[in-house]
Amino acid sequence: MTDLTDLGIREIRDGVRDGAFRAREVADAFIGNVSRAKALNAFLVETPDHAIAAADAADTARDAGETLKPLAGVPIGMKDLFCTKGVATTAASHILEGFIPPYESTVSQKLWDAGAGMLGKLNLDQFAMGSSNETSYFGNVISPWKRNDGGNAPLAPGGSSGGSSTAVSARLCPGATGTDTGGSIRQPAAFTGISGIKPTYGRCSRWGVVAFASSLDQAGPMARDVRDCAILLENMAGFDAKDSTSLKLDVPKWEAGLSNSLAGKKIGIPREYRVEGMPEEIEALWQQGIAWARDAGAEIVEVSLPHTKYALPAYYIIAPAEASSNLARYDGVRYGLRDLPEGAGLQDMYAATRADGFGDEVKRRILIGTYVLSAGFYDAYYTQAQKVRTLIARDFEIAFTQCDLLLTPTAPSAAFALGEKNADPLAMYLNDVFTVPSSLAGLPAMSIPGGLDKQGLPLGLQIIGRPLDEQGVLNAGLAIEERAGFRARPEAWW
Amino acid sequence: MPVDIATVKKIASLARIAITEDEAARIAPELDNLMGWVEQLSEVDTSSVEPMTAVIPNHLRLRDDVVTDGGVRDAVLSNAPQAEHGFFAVPKVIE
Amino acid sequence: MSDYRIQGQTGAWEVVVGLEVHAQVTSNSKLFSGAATTFGAEPNTQVSLVDAAMPGMLPVPNAECIRQAVRTGMAIEAQINKWSRFDRKNYFYADLPQGYQISQLYHPIVGEGAIDISLDDKNPDATGKRIGVERIHVEQDAGKLMHDQHPTSSYVDLNRSGVALMEIVSKPDMRSPQEAGAYLSKLRSILRYVGSCDGNMDQGSMRADVNVSVRKPGDEFGTRTETKNVNSVRFVMAVVEQEAMRQVEVIEAGGRIVQETRLYDPDRNETRSMRSKEDAHDYRYFPDPDLLPVELDDAFLAECRASLPELPDAKRRRYVALGITPYASAVLTAEVEAARWFDGLLETGVAPVAAANWVTSELFGALNRLGLGIENSPVGPAQAAELLALVADGTLSGSLAKQVFEIMLETGQAASAVVEERGLKQTSDTGAIEAVIAEVMAANATKVAEYRGGKDKLFGFFVGQTMKAMGGKANPGVVNELLKTALGESVAS
Repeated sequence: MTDLTDLGIREIRDGVRDGAFRAREVADAFIGNVSRAKALNAFLVETPDHAIAAADAADTARDAGETLKPLAGVPIGMKDLFCTKGVATTAASHILEGFIPPYESTVSQKLWDAGAGMLGKLNLDQFAMGSSNETSYFGNVISPWKRNDGGNAPLAPGGSSGGSSTAVSARLCPGATGTDTGGSIRQPAAFTGISGIKPTYGRCSRWGVVAFASSLDQAGPMARDVRDCAILLENMAGFDAKDSTSLKLDVPKWEAGLSNSLAGKKIGIPREYRVEGMPEEIEALWQQGIAWARDAGAEIVEVSLPHTKYALPAYYIIAPAEASSNLARYDGVRYGLRDLPEGAGLQDMYAATRADGFGDEVKRRILIGTYVLSAGFYDAYYTQAQKVRTLIARDFEIAFTQCDLLLTPTAPSAAFALGEKNADPLAMYLNDVFTVPSSLAGLPAMSIPGGLDKQGLPLGLQIIGRPLDEQGVLNAGLAIEERAGFRARPEAWW
Repeated sequence: MPVDIATVKKIASLARIAITEDEAARIAPELDNLMGWVEQLSEVDTSSVEPMTAVIPNHLRLRDDVVTDGGVRDAVLSNAPQAEHGFFAVPKVIE
Repeated sequence: MSDYRIQGQTGAWEVVVGLEVHAQVTSNSKLFSGAATTFGAEPNTQVSLVDAAMPGMLPVPNAECIRQAVRTGMAIEAQINKWSRFDRKNYFYADLPQGYQISQLYHPIVGEGAIDISLDDKNPDATGKRIGVERIHVEQDAGKLMHDQHPTSSYVDLNRSGVALMEIVSKPDMRSPQEAGAYLSKLRSILRYVGSCDGNMDQGSMRADVNVSVRKPGDEFGTRTETKNVNSVRFVMAVVEQEAMRQVEVIEAGGRIVQETRLYDPDRNETRSMRSKEDAHDYRYFPDPDLLPVELDDAFLAECRASLPELPDAKRRRYVALGITPYASAVLTAEVEAARWFDGLLETGVAPVAAANWVTSELFGALNRLGLGIENSPVGPAQAAELLALVADGTLSGSLAKQVFEIMLETGQAASAVVEERGLKQTSDTGAIEAVIAEVMAANATKVAEYRGGKDKLFGFFVGQTMKAMGGKANPGVVNELLKTALGESVAS
């Protein structure tokens, strides 16, 4: 008897449709895994009733001979950045503790409308700010992976979608939602040996997603293979009139369009992504990826993205600037935490609430953002960063006249140990060096597992595509996934 | 210009985040270091470019002038730390 | 050149005034949310989740608000910017749920324009002045804070939060309280003509921030102060005067004017500094990343232009060309409702001058007395036209017309019905009049003798007595003629 929790989204969907098993069995199996995995701290809130209700609805529909919804029988994890009606939503912050949204985000509503069920809300870096899931008010998420040195050091699952990556990798759910602002889907996917895609900016609605950096935030799927990502993304994406930055385009049938051939495709290798001091295992994986791409029929070309090194500093001006403004609404007046020291007036209430409610990294970014927007600095920092952003986007535009897709490593290292990179914020920011440029340019980009490093930890490969070419990205991902044959999974220690 | 403790306090005040002397002392070198790092952007010749306005080409849609929302006071007040008589209550402000 | 001066101890000071007017846009729903905008609703019942700035909420702009701003710009002959952008103005206050206001700093939707004001109602075109407008932009209004409902709490009502405002910024071209008042009145009139704002200052749909500075004539501009949220024309004029006087006093006592925000206290007729502990606001404006630039196409602009009504100045000049006095023309066009009413009357074909005289004295007088606005006038243009026709054809004298009008107001009847019913036609029956004159003279023989002896002022007495005896229905012209004949010459004349 197959362990149902080893099945991916496609297998569950088809199995329920074909009667191989009941949706309820699937839901129960995952609910069980979730309940036994508290040591991972992946879930902030468990919602088994939601998953069961969706499963029962799928079973009832099937029994009645109705056509099943696209995700009927599929339970998923929901990153706690998506507002879910009647279910606590915290963005992993003390300042939103107790907040129960009276509304559902567009993306999560689409998933429920597609028949999926929610196993719970997944932990994350606070307000999506972080690359290791160490900034959550509700404690770190611990990666299900361990180094093979016997040391037992708890490892970072990546961030900010660390709860999502852990949950999928540990078989607590077959798929989860994440969000990606500077790499927060791709990097955790790479760290935990799963797949994740950040679609073109504007593909998924941001309505109801707690905002971090408006011009960068994008929702996306995280699952164990490319096909599952395609299925989930089809049910997350789509125009939303309530989001002015939403793209008014039909959602392509990405799953149906999947192809594992790269014949006729040119894959670009950007030379600036070969950074100084890059671990040789990362370089080796990259070369391996190039070989796989070639094997799939692609022509490999070297390209240049000359402004690559300026992407991180530009991002760490733009994102905090937008965040400093987006997080101004957390003031203790209308929802969330309120701290009212004795005799405090309104402005003191703000200052006390926000000091108490926000974690250190959140405060750091708000302060940076406030600083770079402040009088006298706006032109030098913010305007300059936005201009550099235009140049970075232009670099990609030019590169895409020479190739169809770009292949790079996802992260400059495998997962590090919790606490290892906390001394210097800058060290943590450098994790995003490969993912940030495509975020700034709004391009679709995905990470797929390529192999394990010497310590038995997953390493990921990133594919970046032209605007709106999720299909090209997914196909390249599929081509490499099939050749990589990545079957490793973390051994349950929780 | 270095980010010193006085600057940190000024920014924190603008951002309405109370910080202690110790915190300011701790944050100042962090921020100063970060600002030193982003300084490299000034190397880039941006004289021929405009700041990015829209990440992916798109057009602002204007909505029809119809009342489609509101009348949801209970939902609006449902998470209020202090709500009274249909209002949000805050410490008294003197103008 | 205005010659308004504040007389100080060191000489005469000139006053420099600029006005920033916030005008609520007339629209069904708010600028970025679909909640309603009607005034006076129960607290927080016209608030969407977007207005309440819940996590994850996003703005979606209202086409009508953009349209109204463009139409307003066109009405003041301003440059319309086909490309404009929204910026966030960041600050913390309880009436600002997002912690920022969506406004337009860097690229407003309307550029430079101008408003012509008149300083002499009798001669508007001869003594006018052109006040420049710097820009108009669109932004969100804030909610309302109430401080008097509870001893230790202030209450926040977000109904107004997110309503569209046009911020209309004048150039510092005004030089007196009168000019400021005239500008504000004219602007209000234009907005009401265009229909983009109802101009109800007492309801807060239009408010002014008054920027005042003083200088010795010929000097550079002085430091200005800003007195916020002044909500009547009268108060704006008072603020200009009070604040200018205050500044002169400060400077002449050796002090310096601080650039600051002030509030007007109408009870004390003075401005005072706003209590604020924080340093000068640093609003950290940056383009709102939840929105894209506003792009207007030619078809949209053409529709806006075609939709504009005849504006006050154009209408006023048309009335003058019809022979109506400049003063009456100005009075008739000051308020759009009155102008529309009068246009309705003109369309019936009445003689313009007679119509203007009647409307400005009789109709307006009656409406004032009854405490009614012209929109609620019991007598409409068609009925007024009928009344005026009866005067024109001699059926009614002027004074009879007044009587008939009174009855029309009370009963709602048409003029002809009133005349019919009550036999209020004026009579020119010379025989009847002569007979009454004879009676009057017989009853007042002494006065007749006095008149003939030189007291020619007594003529009026005889007119009055004759009219009275005839129940007011005698044709005054005929009475005059017949009396002259009957009384004969006065020695004095």
